[in-house]
Amino acid sequence: MGMWLFLFTEILLFGGLFIVYMVYRSLNPEAFLMASFELNVWMGTTNTVVLLVSSMTIAMSITAIQKGNRKLSIQLMVLTLVAAVIFMVVKYFEWSAKIEHGLFPGQAVYDNLPPGESLFFFLYFFMTGLHVFHIIIGSVVIGFAIHRTAKGRTTKEKYTLTENAGLLWHLVDLIWIYLFPLFYLIH
Amino acid sequence: MTSKAMSLSYLQGKNGIFSWIFSLDHKRIALLYLYSILTFFITGATLGVLMRLELLNPGKDLMEAQTYNQVFTMHGVIMIFLFIIPSIPAIFGNFFLPIMLGTDDVSFPRLNLLSWWIYIIGAIMALSTLLWGDGPADTGWTFYAPYSVKTGTNVTMSVLAAFVLGFATILTGLNFIVTIHRLRTPGMTFLKMPLFAWALYATSWIQLLATPIIGITLLMITAERVFGVGLFDPSIGGDPILYQHLFWIYSHPAVYIMALPAFGIISEILPTFANRTIFGYKAIAFSSLAIAFVGYFVWGHHMFTAGMSGTARIIFSVMTFLVAIPTSVKVFNWVATLYKGSINVQPPLLYALAFIFQFMIGGLTGVVLGALAADIHLHDTHFVVGHFHYVMFGGTGFALFGALHYWYPKMWGRMYNKLVANIAFVFLFIGFNMLYFPMLVLGLMGMPRRYYDYLPEFHVPNMISTYGSWILATGLLLMFGNLIAGAWRKREPIGRNYWKTGITLEWQTLSPPPVSNFDRMPVLPKNGPYDYDNKPEIEE
Repeated sequence: MGMWLFLFTEILLFGGLFIVYMVYRSLNPEAFLMASFELNVWMGTTNTVVLLVSSMTIAMSITAIQKGNRKLSIQLMVLTLVAAVIFMVVKYFEWSAKIEHGLFPGQAVYDNLPPGESLFFFLYFFMTGLHVFHIIIGSVVIGFAIHRTAKGRTTKEKYTLTENAGLLWHLVDLIWIYLFPLFYLIH
Repeated sequence: MTSKAMSLSYLQGKNGIFSWIFSLDHKRIALLYLYSILTFFITGATLGVLMRLELLNPGKDLMEAQTYNQVFTMHGVIMIFLFIIPSIPAIFGNFFLPIMLGTDDVSFPRLNLLSWWIYIIGAIMALSTLLWGDGPADTGWTFYAPYSVKTGTNVTMSVLAAFVLGFATILTGLNFIVTIHRLRTPGMTFLKMPLFAWALYATSWIQLLATPIIGITLLMITAERVFGVGLFDPSIGGDPILYQHLFWIYSHPAVYIMALPAFGIISEILPTFANRTIFGYKAIAFSSLAIAFVGYFVWGHHMFTAGMSGTARIIFSVMTFLVAIPTSVKVFNWVATLYKGSINVQPPLLYALAFIFQFMIGGLTGVVLGALAADIHLHDTHFVVGHFHYVMFGGTGFALFGALHYWYPKMWGRMYNKLVANIAFVFLFIGFNMLYFPMLVLGLMGMPRRYYDYLPEFHVPNMISTYGSWILATGLLLMFGNLIAGAWRKREPIGRNYWKTGITLEWQTLSPPPVSNFDRMPVLPKNGPYDYDNKPEIEE
């Protein structure tokens, strides 16, 4: 129950950002549209698929530990971590392409953008940045879950940590599911 | 466990600093919070006295305008984020919630300790702004954009401190909700919980639901300062009104975080000293939830003059009036509780009565401010300062002092000098009203807030107000001195139920309580927590 309440606060945290996004999108619809063409839909789609798969593997891992299969549970969690790494690598290429084009706040091109477009890119970096931060935290928690399962402290009867790691991971996934259409798809 | 080990109090046993600052015992964590929070209260109060001193005469007396700006910001940040938001839940909620529910600890003891550490880190961050750069923020505790984006003072650090402190609040709230749902003693249904627990329950939900919004808003201010992006600063394409909306979406519910636990305390003190059941238990319990709920939809009343559509203003104004209904339900129930009670006048009751008196003034001036036409005139005047201090200090502050005097014998198993406590109360009551009532008058006369100087015609009320601040400070010194001196007084037998008429579960255990809270199974009264007709006999 504590974990669910915590996830609730996380959604509200991003909720504040979604409100800001909504307000500025309705204030500058043209600029947001122009700016969103700059984003690479393919990279975004890849990452969406990667995250969805990882959500599946972590869910399978919880089922595995419920059935008492520790080894499979660990393997599935490692797979989830691999997916997290892929996500970050894709994100790295995506971001560095943007930065090469000078679209990061403070760079020359960015500073000369019309205000609406600069807001779009700022929100893009801020929201995906906060999301990546959550991916890192989620990975660390999964790392702990792997460690505890390997040590045999997570068992068929007592798998709270794995379950909570899974819940957190689903949340990270869920937020991405909203971020992706907002930034990449709405035209 | 042997009976001797069972009755070992939480103050005995392991000692030394590490056994305290890493303790998982909710009672020790409560005391950690108590000592740190009161330290910051004294700091903030000192700043307040300095501000009053500057306002004693027109013109510059003591400090420069810029210093004054920084002092009132620091006063606000300390009093709001370090004192009044955590105060009652973190101190008395931590200490008494598990005991009142008849359990041995909160749901997540480690999170509880973590929240104290986060609080201390946030406090250090907030205070560190004194030491470097251009000094502490000068924006007021609301950090309104665009000024908060442009000023050279250490706004970033103050804002981050408030962000970190928010986490401590969230963790405490989360912990209490789960504790109340999961750890009530067998037989205690929701409607048999003490009213303090109900108040904390409503408070915790606000903490949980509102704090993340301020967290992200403050992060956006930080990002705007660091990257120079126009989120809220209109000169680079942002919208300052949006900041105000986001800020008050949190900060208005936050005033109920500050006020609701105080209502809970009053609902505990009154039955004990009226020696009869509380009047309208359900009405009081549910009005807490109603306040918490309606409190979400009134934030716009802080922004009547900031540029909103007429329709929005009228809706916010009506919603604001709605808050008065559950609040006055409580006040009427408290007064009805005293009616035909056999009243035993003791220091805690005095504080509770002062609470009702002062909170009514605070509440009614709040209705004045909620009315559109009046607010246009009174916005940003001393009337607002007076109103806010009547609610927060005259309300929550006095409830906190009342709780200290009420539970003192239970927490430490000792007693303070009652005569001195009464004298200190008189000083506090007179000083408080002398300090803040003139502010209401000044506001109506038109004196704006947040200026270090004023026109000569405002001189007399300002003088009265400053004299009041000295009386109030004397009262505070007397009260704290008396409470601290209690530690050296000769021990008298306190017994389990010092006031004789306490009925909630904490009065059934030893004073101070043993580590596991109860040395024997607590007995619930038959019909709810304030069933004075079927009071369980408490043997020593």
